Amino acid sequence: MTDALISCKDLTFRYDGRTAVTNLSFQINSGDYLCVVGENGSGKSTLVSGLLGLKKPYFGSICFENGLKQTDIGYLPQQTEIQKDFPASAYEVVISGRLGTEGLFPFYRKKDKDMASEHMEQLGISHLRNQCYKELSGGQQQRVLLARALCAAKRMLILDEPVSGLDPVVAAELYRLMLKINKELNITVVMVTHDIRSAAAHGTKILHMDGQPLFFGSTADYIRSEAYHKITGGGHRNV
Amino acid sequence: MFNLMAELFSYPFIARAVVVGILVSLCAALLGVSLVLKRYSMIGDGLSHVGFGTLAAATALNVAPLTVSVPVVVLAAFLLLRLTENSRIKGDAAIALISTSSLAIGVVVISLTTGMNTDVCNYMFGSILAMSRNDVTLSIVLSIVVLILFVVFYHRIFAVTFDETFARAVGMKTGLYNMLIAVLTAVTIVLGMRMMGVLLISSLIIFPALTSMRICKRFFTVTISSAIISAACFFVGMILSYEFATPTGASIVLVNIFVFLLYWVIGIGMRKAVQK
Repeated sequence: MTDALISCKDLTFRYDGRTAVTNLSFQINSGDYLCVVGENGSGKSTLVSGLLGLKKPYFGSICFENGLKQTDIGYLPQQTEIQKDFPASAYEVVISGRLGTEGLFPFYRKKDKDMASEHMEQLGISHLRNQCYKELSGGQQQRVLLARALCAAKRMLILDEPVSGLDPVVAAELYRLMLKINKELNITVVMVTHDIRSAAAHGTKILHMDGQPLFFGSTADYIRSEAYHKITGGGHRNV
Repeated sequence: MFNLMAELFSYPFIARAVVVGILVSLCAALLGVSLVLKRYSMIGDGLSHVGFGTLAAATALNVAPLTVSVPVVVLAAFLLLRLTENSRIKGDAAIALISTSSLAIGVVVISLTTGMNTDVCNYMFGSILAMSRNDVTLSIVLSIVVLILFVVFYHRIFAVTFDETFARAVGMKTGLYNMLIAVLTAVTIVLGMRMMGVLLISSLIIFPALTSMRICKRFFTVTISSAIISAACFFVGMILSYEFATPTGASIVLVNIFVFLLYWVIGIGMRKAVQK
């Protein structure tokens, strides 16, 4: 008996008629902070779709273990175009994260409202509650979406390029928050990023892919690995 | 003013039209918020043209127009949604394709049967005289069902509108809710079509939402404000059309345009005030 939450075996995904991911096997354990790194088009986002159940693998299997359910997973998507002029208050966005778990009851219960407020408090955005989402700064918007993801995440959080488009200070802040979520709330974090240095600085495990897996293992091993040196030119001490 | 209203409501057909009109305006406004934000504004227009085709066919076959139109337009809504999602043909092109086809079929059917006459004009631009007593009962029942379903699924409609991928990722059946939105829209359009006219019904969907978004910042306030604006514009437009003997649909759209411009200016003023 391991404490694995998700085991992927021999995964192959096809996307628009071409193979995006081949022969990928790895597992995500409870409490992990896994960073999935790779260039654009290396199949990271396809893998995320697979983990979220949005895309069926062409070959291989994704097994949820130890009672993990799809509705236990929260998700922070890449920002899409439509959200940028959407009339919605921060609170409305955050609490919508509760909808996946609610069953058929049409309205929010007290528990849902408390949870939304609690997560906004944790991320320091309580004062933005009634502000319009589109008028917030990039970092604030990202926190709102993170709070929404937390409302849905009972055991695992999947983040797709959470810091892209943010300035370095705000990005660092977000990394710190993620670490706090991982440690204090005991939520397994899976983060997709192309920022390899930050991934190596924060994650406990690394999956480096380029269509096929180049490396999977602990961060300490990764920094000594060939895949890492190829990308960073061996400059890991400057992280 | 009061005399005018009393006079207006002394005609049973106008009283019926007002009741149905307000209910349909409410439905259209509520759904409109989601449709506009999902970039589906033109679906309303496409569906109304399909509705025109079915109305023409129903008249030719001498069957009750609503009972034919509702299922066919609902079907068309499914089809349009599918096309927009798995787009080989791009969504807007698909809508244009379907709407012009239906329009052409409708016009040909009419000219072969009753001939091009005032009926066609009424279909195109609407007439409050178009509603029979049976239609009114059915319209009231259906629009109340639409309103109830909207309220029950309000939060889910918000989630699907705001971020469909997230909603699907956390386990919501987004396909189902998209279908729900499409079906409710189809029903609303068929109900409002003969009063507002094929060419104008989509304004009932688009205007209140766009108007509210000039000022309101929250989904909830946009929704409420759209409902109020829509019902109010309908009522005022109706009175104006009676007073000046102008077509009902067009009068209502004119009132909507006026309110839109008003909100737009207020919105600009508010933003300027915030910047200072």
